[in-house]
Amino acid sequence: MDFLRPASWEEALAAKAEHPTAVPIAGGTDVMVEINFDHRRPEYLLDLNRITELNEWHVGEEKVALGPSVPYTKIMENLRTELPGLALASHTVASPQIRNRGGVGGNLGCASPAGDSHPALLSSGADVEVESQARGSRLIPIDEFYKGVKRNALEQDELIKAIHIPKADGPQQFSKVGTRNAMVIAVCAFGLALHPSTRTVRTGIGSAAPTPVRAKAAEEFLNAALEEGGFWDSGKIITPSIAKQFATLASGACNPIDDVRGTANYRRHAVGVMARRNLMWTWESYRGEGRTLEGAA
Amino acid sequence: MRVNFTVNGRQQEADDVWEGESLLYVLRERMGLPGSKNACEQGECGSCTVRLDGVPVCSCLVAAGQVEGREVVTVEGLADYAKHREDSHPGGACGSVCGGTDLQQARQWQAKGTDGQTGEGGELSPIQQAFIDAGAVQCGFCTPGLLVAADELLERNPSPSDGDIREALSGNLCRCTGYEKILDAVRLAAARQEEAV
Amino acid sequence: MAGTTTGAPTNVTQKYNQGGIGESTLRPDGTLKVTGEFAYSSDMWHEDMLWGQTLRSTVAHAEIVSIDTSEALKMDGVYAVLTADDMPAAKNYGMEFQDTPILAYGKVRHHGEPVALVAADHPETARRAAAKIVIEYRELPLITDEASATAPDAILVHENRDDHHAPFVPHPNIVHHQPIQRGNAEEAAKKADFIVKGEYTFGMQDQAFLGPESGLAVPAEDGGIDLYVATQWLHSDLKQIAPCLGLPEEKVRMTMSGVGGAFGGREDISMQIQASVLALRTGKPVKMVYNRTESFFGHVHRHPAKLYYEHGATKDGKLTHMKCKIVLDGGAYASSTASVVGNASSLSVGPYVIDNVDILAIGLYSNNPPCGAMRGFGAVQACFAYEAQMDKLAAKLGMDPVEFRQLNAMEEGTIMPTGQPVESPAPVAELLRRVKSRPLPPERQWESSEGADVRALPGGLSNTTHGEGVVRGIGYAVGIKNVGFSEGFDDYSTAKISMQVINGEAVAVVHTAMAEVGQGGVTIHAQIARTELGVQQVTIHPADTQVGSAGSTSAGRQTYMTGGAIKNSCELVREQVFEIGRRKFGSYHPAWATEELNLEGGKVVTNAGEVLASIVDVLEDEVVSVEEEWRHQPTEAFDRVTGQGRGHVQYAFAAHRAVVEVDTELGLVKVIELACAQDVGKALNPLSVVGQIQGGTTQGLGVAVMEEIIVDPKTAKVRNPSFTDYLLPTILDTPTIPVDYIEMADPKAPYGVRGIGEAPTLSSTPAVLAAIRNATGLELNKTPVRPEHITGT
Repeated sequence: MDFLRPASWEEALAAKAEHPTAVPIAGGTDVMVEINFDHRRPEYLLDLNRITELNEWHVGEEKVALGPSVPYTKIMENLRTELPGLALASHTVASPQIRNRGGVGGNLGCASPAGDSHPALLSSGADVEVESQARGSRLIPIDEFYKGVKRNALEQDELIKAIHIPKADGPQQFSKVGTRNAMVIAVCAFGLALHPSTRTVRTGIGSAAPTPVRAKAAEEFLNAALEEGGFWDSGKIITPSIAKQFATLASGACNPIDDVRGTANYRRHAVGVMARRNLMWTWESYRGEGRTLEGAA
Repeated sequence: MRVNFTVNGRQQEADDVWEGESLLYVLRERMGLPGSKNACEQGECGSCTVRLDGVPVCSCLVAAGQVEGREVVTVEGLADYAKHREDSHPGGACGSVCGGTDLQQARQWQAKGTDGQTGEGGELSPIQQAFIDAGAVQCGFCTPGLLVAADELLERNPSPSDGDIREALSGNLCRCTGYEKILDAVRLAAARQEEAV
Repeated sequence: MAGTTTGAPTNVTQKYNQGGIGESTLRPDGTLKVTGEFAYSSDMWHEDMLWGQTLRSTVAHAEIVSIDTSEALKMDGVYAVLTADDMPAAKNYGMEFQDTPILAYGKVRHHGEPVALVAADHPETARRAAAKIVIEYRELPLITDEASATAPDAILVHENRDDHHAPFVPHPNIVHHQPIQRGNAEEAAKKADFIVKGEYTFGMQDQAFLGPESGLAVPAEDGGIDLYVATQWLHSDLKQIAPCLGLPEEKVRMTMSGVGGAFGGREDISMQIQASVLALRTGKPVKMVYNRTESFFGHVHRHPAKLYYEHGATKDGKLTHMKCKIVLDGGAYASSTASVVGNASSLSVGPYVIDNVDILAIGLYSNNPPCGAMRGFGAVQACFAYEAQMDKLAAKLGMDPVEFRQLNAMEEGTIMPTGQPVESPAPVAELLRRVKSRPLPPERQWESSEGADVRALPGGLSNTTHGEGVVRGIGYAVGIKNVGFSEGFDDYSTAKISMQVINGEAVAVVHTAMAEVGQGGVTIHAQIARTELGVQQVTIHPADTQVGSAGSTSAGRQTYMTGGAIKNSCELVREQVFEIGRRKFGSYHPAWATEELNLEGGKVVTNAGEVLASIVDVLEDEVVSVEEEWRHQPTEAFDRVTGQGRGHVQYAFAAHRAVVEVDTELGLVKVIELACAQDVGKALNPLSVVGQIQGGTTQGLGVAVMEEIIVDPKTAKVRNPSFTDYLLPTILDTPTIPVDYIEMADPKAPYGVRGIGEAPTLSSTPAVLAAIRNATGLELNKTPVRPEHITGT
C-alpha cells in the first residue's frame, strides 16, 4: 500500500490520473473501517486532507458550493439557513466524532444507498462537480449520479471537487429510521424540499432501493394536487387524502431488500410514514411562516 | 512511511509505519500511549476519541499519514490540556466563536507531565476528577474517550442541559454504567467549573 | 526472557481516614483509569513481541479435508503458522466439558471456529499470512434448532460424548436436561378458572464488553510461560491451559491484566492458549488482540431460548400451577450450558408461590455459535417469559398486574419448586410496591418553547417524529436470581492478607486472584480490610496465580465469596496481632487476656473502648500474613428426575417499572424511565451498588429493544458481527434509572450481603416489553422488539 499526500488539487488530480485505482481518503470514516477490518487493501490511498479548498464552502447568490470534505458538523453549524435539509441530515450522521470528520464527498464517493446526505441532495437538486486532469471538470446532476449499489458516475481518474446545492427557497425536512436513538445507520430515510419559487416539491429516499432515489410519482402527484387545489397561494392545510396518497406513492418508489437492519416491507411502510410527516412539517412551516425556513432540530 | 506529529504538546516521530495503520495504532503501539482505547475500530464506540487540531475524532478512523504535521491530544495529556486552557481562559469556556482550541493556541502549548508518555506528575482535570467522584468509572475502557469528548463539550458549552450532554456523548458507548453516573459526572464538573468562576 | 514487559499490573495503595464498609469510598484504580495509565490486556507490550492472529472457519459445519499453510509460511516476517497437528499436548479444553478444540481438527462445528494460528512481526503481516492459508471444507448438514437436533437421524454435533451428563440425556445432541416435578400440575390445572399459554422467543445477546479479548504470552527461561490476560477466573483458565501446553500448572504463571468489562463473556478461554502455543513455538513474546468482529466469534453468548409456558389461576387471583418447557440453544460447544439449564429450570417459576409445577429445561448442542455465561445466566430468559405470563393472567382476571404479582409473591419461608426453602428475606411484594409508588415522569417532555426536542422522542436525533404517533406505556416486572455457584459445586475463594508497618504506619496488603472486571471488587476489598483491621492504608496486590483461587467474578458471588474470604483472613490476622500483643504487652495490662479485643483506628482496643496499644507498637518489624480458603454453605445437585434438591446458595430480587414512549406508526421506542427497586442485603459501597444496578438495568433494556446476534438459520452464520449492526444502547437510548435499594440482611452471608449485579438484568427486559405492550396493545413475544413487530410489517 502506498500513501499519497498531494498538497494541492492539481497534484491530487495528477496522482489520480497516474494511479486510477487510488482510493481517495478524506474523513476516513468509511475507508478506514474497510482497512481496519481487512475488507479492502487498496494499492494507493490518496489523502485529500491537505487540500484546503475541499474543506471550504462558498455561499453564492443561488447556490452553495460545498467542499466535499466540509465536515457534517460545519454544515450543521453554518449552513442551516441555506441548506436546512442537508443540515438536518448531517445531524443524523453517526456520532459527533464522525460528524467532525466525515463530509458529503465521502457519501457520494462511497455511494452507499444508506448514506445520510443523499435524500437531501436529491430533494434540493444538487449538482456534483467532478474533475480529471485529462478532461477538466464537469457537472453531474444528482439525478444522474447514482448508478448502482455503491457505484456512482465518476470515472476512474476523476475526483469530486464540489457539490453545488441550490439554496433553500422553502422549507425542507429530513427523517431517518434507525433502531437506535443515535449513532445508527439508516434502515431507510426520507428527505423533502418545498420549492415555492417553482411551485414544486422534490424528494429523496435513502436505503430503500439499490441507490438513493427520488419518489418521482409522488412528487408529480403532489405537484399536480397542490397546483389544482391552489394550495401554494392559499396556504391552506393539505388534506389527509393528499398526504395519504403522497405517502403511498413514496412507498411505491422503494425497491428495498430484507437485511439485518430491517425488512423490505417495513422499509416501504416507514418511507410512507416519513413522507407524510415530512410533508406535514414542511407544509406547516410554509403556511405558518411563509418563506421562513425550518431550522435544524 | 515516516510520520511526524505533535502529541500532547510533544513532537513525535514514527518510523516504518504501514500505510494502512490508524492514528490509534500509532499512538498505542508505536508511541507508548495506550490510553486511547481499541474497542471497535470502526467509529461506533468512541473509546479512541482524541482531539485532532482541537476537534474530537475517532483516532481509529484517521489514517496515520493524515496526521503529518498536526496536533493530537490524548487522554494522557488531558489534564495538562485542561490546565493550559484554564490558565489562558479562566472559567473554562472560550466563547461561542471558537469551536475547540484553535490551532495557534494548541501549538503554543507544551505538556508539563514528567515524560509526556504517562501523563504522570500532573493534577487531574476537573472532568477526570468528576468521573472518579461520581462513580462514572467501572471497567474504565470507555472512560478515556468519554473524558476527551466530555471535556470538549464543557469547553464549548460550560452549562450544558441533560439533552446537550446526551447528544455530545452519544458517540461514546459504555457497557458498564448505564450512563447515569456519567451524566452525574459531567453535571458535577460543570457545576464545579461554575463555582470556580 | 530478555527485555521488559510493559503494562504489567503493580500494587495499588489507597488511604482513607475511615473508609470502611458502608461508605461510598472511591475506586483505588480510579486515577489510573481516568489518566489512561491503567493497563488493559490489549495495552500489554514487549520488545520484539510478535502478533498472533487466528484464522477462523467460514462455514458452520464441515469436515476439514485439508489445510495448506505453505504459502503463509513463506512470507517475510512470519514466524509460525500452526494447525491442530502442531498442538503440543491436549487438543481440547473446556470449563465443564473438555469438548472445545484449541484449533479445529476433523471438523468445524460453528461459524468462526479457530482453525489456524499465525505469529508475525506486524498485525498486517499476520493477517496477510492468515489469508494465504488454504482450507478445503466438505460441508455437513446443519443442526440449528431443537427439531433438527433431536430428529431420529440427526447428525451428532459431538460423537462419543464422555461427559458426566452424557449417560442421562435423551439425545446426544442435548447437553443436559433438568426436569422439576412438584405437586401435581395436571390435577391443579383442573382447579384453575383461568389458564394462559404462551410461546416466547429470546434472542441471542452478546456481552459486548468494550475491551476486546487480548493479552500477552511471554516464554520464560524455565520452559514455562508468563501470561497476562483479562479473564473472570484465573485458576479456571490455568486448569484448562496447562494441559494444553503440556506444562505443570506452576510453570504457567498467570497475571490479571486490566479487564475491559466481562459480563460472563470472559469466563471461557479465548486467546489464552492461542498466544501461549505461539509463544512457546517461536520462543518470542506474542501479543494477541481480537478486533470487534473477531470478538463476536471469540466468546460465548447468552443462550437464545424458546420458552413454552402455561399458568393457571383461580378467579380470586391465586396461581394454581405452572407448566413450562425451556429450550436453550447451547451452540457447538458446551461451555456452561449445563449450569445454565439448571438455573433456567430451577428459577423458571419466578419469585412466586406455585405449589404445582411441571418443568423441563434442556440445552442443545447445535451448529450455532456457542453460548454460555452472561449476566443473569439462564434466569434472564425465564423471567422474560413468566413475567409476560403474569401480565396476561392479570389481564384475564381483570386485576392490576402489580397487585396480582403481590398476591402470589414469594417471601421468606416459601418452598421453591426444588423443595428448597427460601431461608432469608424475600421482599418481592415490597419491591413491587416501591417501584409502583414512585411518581411518574411528566408527559410530553419533548415539548419546549423552541418546538419538539427530538432528543427526547422515539427516533432521537434521526428526527422521525415531533410527537406524531407517540403513545406512552407503563410496565412492571420482578425477577429472582440465584447468587453463587449452585448444584453442589465446591465454591470457595481464597484471600491472603498481610499486615506490617511501613513508614511508621500499619498497612494491610490484600492479595487475591479475584478478577476486577469493573464491578469494584477492589474498592470493597480495601473497605473490608479497613473495617476488620482498623487501618487506613490498604494495598491491593495484583491478581495472579501465586495465591489460591478466588473463583469466578460471576454469579453475583465475588463480594459474598472473596469479600467473605478477606473478612475471614482479616479475622485470623487480627488474632495473630492480638497474640503478638499478648506476648509483648500482656503482662502490663490484664485486658489483653480477659477482654474481647478489636482493631480500630490503628490501635488495639477493648470492647469497652480502652486503647491497649497501637498496631505499630505491637507489630514493629513483624509481618503477619494469612492465606485461607473460605466457603459458603454447601449446596447439592438437583435430582435428575424430580429436580429436588437444595441447589442454591442465596437468592436476589429486583423489580422494575418501565415507562416508554412508542412511535406506534414507525415502531420506534424511547424508554423514558426505568426505575428499579432491589434488596441488596447490605450495601458495602452504596455508590457501587447503584452503579451495578444501573448497568445491569441497561443491559436488560438493550436486549428488549435492540440487541441481538442474528444467525442465518439456513447457514448458521452470524450476520451482524460488528458494532454497526449489533447495537448497544447509547446515552440517548438510556433513560434515567432511579434506584431504590433496601437492605435486608442475609444472616448467612458476610455482613448480610446479597449478590447484586445480576438481578437487575432480569426484570429490566420484561418491564420494558410490558410497557411497550401497554402502549401498543400488541402481544410481542420475542426479544428484541423490532419496529417490524410493532408496525406489523
